[in-house]
Amino acid sequence: MTTVLIAVAALLLLAAVFGGLLGFAAEKFKVEGDPIVEQIDALLPQTQCGQCGHPGCLPYAESIANGEDHNRCPPGGEQTVEALSELLGREVLPLDAEEGADVGVKKVAYIREDECIGCTKCIQACPVDAIVGAAKLMHTVIVDECTGCDLCVEPCPVDCIDMLPVTPTLGTWTWHKPDGIGLKSENIIPVVNV
Amino acid sequence: MNAPLRNSRKIFDFHGGIHPPENKTQSSGQPIRSVSLPEELVLPLNMHIGAPAKPIVNVGDQVLKGQKIADANGMVSVPVHAPTSGTVVAIGPHPIQHPSGLDAPCIIIKPDGEERWTALHPITDWHKCSPSVLITRIREAGIAGMGGAGFPTAVKMSLKEGTKIQQLLLNAVECEPYITADDRLMRERADEIVRGIKILQYLVKPAETLVGIEDNKPYAIEAMRGAAQGTDIQIVVVPTKYPSGGEKQLIQLLTGKEVPSGGIPAQIGVVCQNIGSALAMHRAIEFGEPLISRITTVTGDALSNPGNIEVLLGTPVKHLLNESGVKENRLGRVVMGGPMMGFTLHTTNIPVVKTTNCIIAASTNELPEPAPEQPCIRCGSCAEVCPADLLPQQLYWYSKTSDLERAQQYNLMDCIECGACAYVCPSNIPLVQYYRFAKGEVRTQVAEQQKADNARLRFEARQARLEKEAAEKDARRKARLAASKQKAAGVAAPSVDVKALKAASLEASSAYKAAVKELKAAQADDANNVAELSAKVDALKAKADSAKAAVRDANSGAAAPAAPSVDLKALKSASLEASSAYKAAVKAVKAAEQNGDDNVAELRAQADSLKAKADTAKAAVRDANAGTAPATVAAADPVAELKKAVGEASSAYKAAVKAAKEAEESGAEDAAALRSQADQLKATADTLKAQLRDAKDAAPAATAPAPTSAPAAAPEKDHTAERAAKMKALKTSYNMLNKMLKDSNAALERAEREGSDNLDAQRARVEDVKRQADAARNELNDLVDQAKAGIRASGSDLKTMKLEAARTESALRKKMKELDEMKKSADEERINVLYQERDLLKREADIAANALKSALEEQGLTE
Repeated sequence: MTTVLIAVAALLLLAAVFGGLLGFAAEKFKVEGDPIVEQIDALLPQTQCGQCGHPGCLPYAESIANGEDHNRCPPGGEQTVEALSELLGREVLPLDAEEGADVGVKKVAYIREDECIGCTKCIQACPVDAIVGAAKLMHTVIVDECTGCDLCVEPCPVDCIDMLPVTPTLGTWTWHKPDGIGLKSENIIPVVNV
Repeated sequence: MNAPLRNSRKIFDFHGGIHPPENKTQSSGQPIRSVSLPEELVLPLNMHIGAPAKPIVNVGDQVLKGQKIADANGMVSVPVHAPTSGTVVAIGPHPIQHPSGLDAPCIIIKPDGEERWTALHPITDWHKCSPSVLITRIREAGIAGMGGAGFPTAVKMSLKEGTKIQQLLLNAVECEPYITADDRLMRERADEIVRGIKILQYLVKPAETLVGIEDNKPYAIEAMRGAAQGTDIQIVVVPTKYPSGGEKQLIQLLTGKEVPSGGIPAQIGVVCQNIGSALAMHRAIEFGEPLISRITTVTGDALSNPGNIEVLLGTPVKHLLNESGVKENRLGRVVMGGPMMGFTLHTTNIPVVKTTNCIIAASTNELPEPAPEQPCIRCGSCAEVCPADLLPQQLYWYSKTSDLERAQQYNLMDCIECGACAYVCPSNIPLVQYYRFAKGEVRTQVAEQQKADNARLRFEARQARLEKEAAEKDARRKARLAASKQKAAGVAAPSVDVKALKAASLEASSAYKAAVKELKAAQADDANNVAELSAKVDALKAKADSAKAAVRDANSGAAAPAAPSVDLKALKSASLEASSAYKAAVKAVKAAEQNGDDNVAELRAQADSLKAKADTAKAAVRDANAGTAPATVAAADPVAELKKAVGEASSAYKAAVKAAKEAEESGAEDAAALRSQADQLKATADTLKAQLRDAKDAAPAATAPAPTSAPAAAPEKDHTAERAAKMKALKTSYNMLNKMLKDSNAALERAEREGSDNLDAQRARVEDVKRQADAARNELNDLVDQAKAGIRASGSDLKTMKLEAARTESALRKKMKELDEMKKSADEERINVLYQERDLLKREADIAANALKSALEEQGLTE
């Protein structure tokens, strides 16, 4: 009988000790906010374009954390879907984008400056303040800051904003991937004995 | 021959390496020569690694040889100088030395053939200059690493404070096949090189200085040993192996030290410079000459006259090939740089730049088309030859599948792209291109991540700004509201004035009354001063009247902006006033009749008109009461009963008050008693009212559970309905409380005037009522806010709906106008069309208006 009591007492003691430890740890190492939202947000392309139906990338990250599909980000493309799938341990879903949408092609907005009437509508629409200008004066896009979100195109009353694909410069150009097995790569210089 | 190749010091080794066919003899035999001036010199703004230089000349400018034409743009950048005198003919995009074949901004100079130098400023006694002066000179001379990478030399020489340099290494290995530029340079200009090395020694103050030369350049070794005689410069011979000339490999060879991954040689106390750079430094400091030319090996099977040429920077490759006797029919491809690390040119229009150490005009036999890629057989040869000790096979798999993370884990970024792995690969896999591709992807990813982070910051900053703006706007709105309230209070302030006026009026009338009494007494006594007294009475009467008029004016002025409930009060007071005026008039008439005055008829008429006025005022009060009463009627029976009781009690109270007033007027002794009775009655009325209020509050609560039993399909609607009911109840209770507050305030005021005993109790009650009223109002406000939020949450944006309604309405109005105009012209067909259009618009406007209305109603926000 005493053995049983001792065993029960020991277990109770252990339970109390570990419970206390857990309680202490829960208080001590409490995580503010939801870390998964931050991780998801870090994977999103931050175009703030709203194509996912949320007003910005962070709200979408929150929504993904709450169970929304993670394939609604056309600017991020398949890569983002895959990265999110890996992070969340979810299935890789096909990208939920409109038919014919040129996903993956980086674009930036250009204002045809002669046609700009200075209405400031695009400035208000830009989620990252990448358009400069003042009322009744010409506006222009800070190309380096433009995320290519498309949001300024719609409000323009004179349709003077074009989304143009980004052309590679010396700084952004990279070598392309070799064509693969059975094909020649013209950039290779084979050194032979002559 | 073997004797000079022996070393006095120990040579280390690095992993791997290959021994490709050297092909150096074609060009190493002839002395350095020069070529004629080309028609145009093309000077790219980025001949170096780093930011492109900024042009400081304009098209059409005359420039002198050695004149600076573009300034360094930032720290990691170097200026560009005119290689000869001439005219700037263009500044714009031109194909440059880049595997991409992209154009980049260049300054194009048309030489005038005069070779006129700009003024040069040599520093002959550089031993006396501080290192920083010399480094500035090196930077201003536009010197960038001449070995092939083109890193600004001045940046490499600007060591961090406290860095101790053990070894200064001079790279004269020149391990890549075909290239003999440094070989020839050492053979012909060893003295100048050594002088450059001395400047370098002065700048970095190393413990030892080592010049590494491969053992396949015996003449160069001999020349350098000769020149270095009597100095502390050691010439170290290293075995021929590719890529010994790689900076990290050379450091390992000569010192046995390894540069950490991602680090720079200075971290391990080593500075490494190409001997071409040393020579350029010597020219820049001791002659003041900027870097405007270099030695370039021009070789290959397609040339009849290969060799080393001292080329002015900017000379097109085409010109060099022509000057070297190119055999067009044999020409396969033109490579810039060596065959291992160089790239095939898209066009021979590309200029020679600071980093161009070799041009190979190869025949198709010499550098053939690459064989097609075959599958990897996992032979491991690549791993055996990798000089960076990497696992090329693993890197290949990860690069091929774009698994950048894994590739980076296998130190992809430490690959020096030497091409040894691809050289030995039996499957002809273009390994280096796979690595270059993967590296590019990694860089792009990093840049994109940076851009994304930047965008996030900007987005957040914008959000914060918008919120701040909204808050400021809200604060301004609130301030405006407060200001207008204060203004209203300013209007209400006269109500204090009204009080004062009332008091003055009362005083005046009491003075008048006293005077009248006196007059009467005098008349009765037949006193002498009757006339005098009557004059006084008249004056006092006039005063009292004016005071009354002032009170009336103030009242009407104050009443105007007040709410309907206040209106009711104003009406009541007006009615009371009118009736009292009437009573006074009647009294006056009676007095006049008694006195047998002449103006009795006049007074009577006046009294009649006053009576009429009083009657209308009373009627108005009744109407107003009737108007407000039904609004407060609730459905619940107990509430109605209570209401009735309240009504009875309050009418009893009113009657009592009337009686008390009459008693006071008549000067009866029981006035005080009557007043207290009235107060009691009021108290009962109040309690009844409170009960009524409670009952009303309870009523919606009692009705609320009923809808919950309804189908759960529309809980939201039920919720809003409940809220609407609650809101209605709250509104009525608030109104009642407000009224009570006013009543009790009035009672308190009266009590104060009369100096009643229970002032404190009354005050407490006023406070209590006030608190209740405030609570009710707060609750009401909360509910209204909730309802508004509900509208927002339900997705139907109220503002949009309002806008939509307004838009459709204005469209309809426009159409109607058009129709009217059309009617005059009487084009029937057109009118019919317009009618149809108008009907359509009308329907649309109705829909929009209804949507708005229903949205408002749904949330119980009927305006």
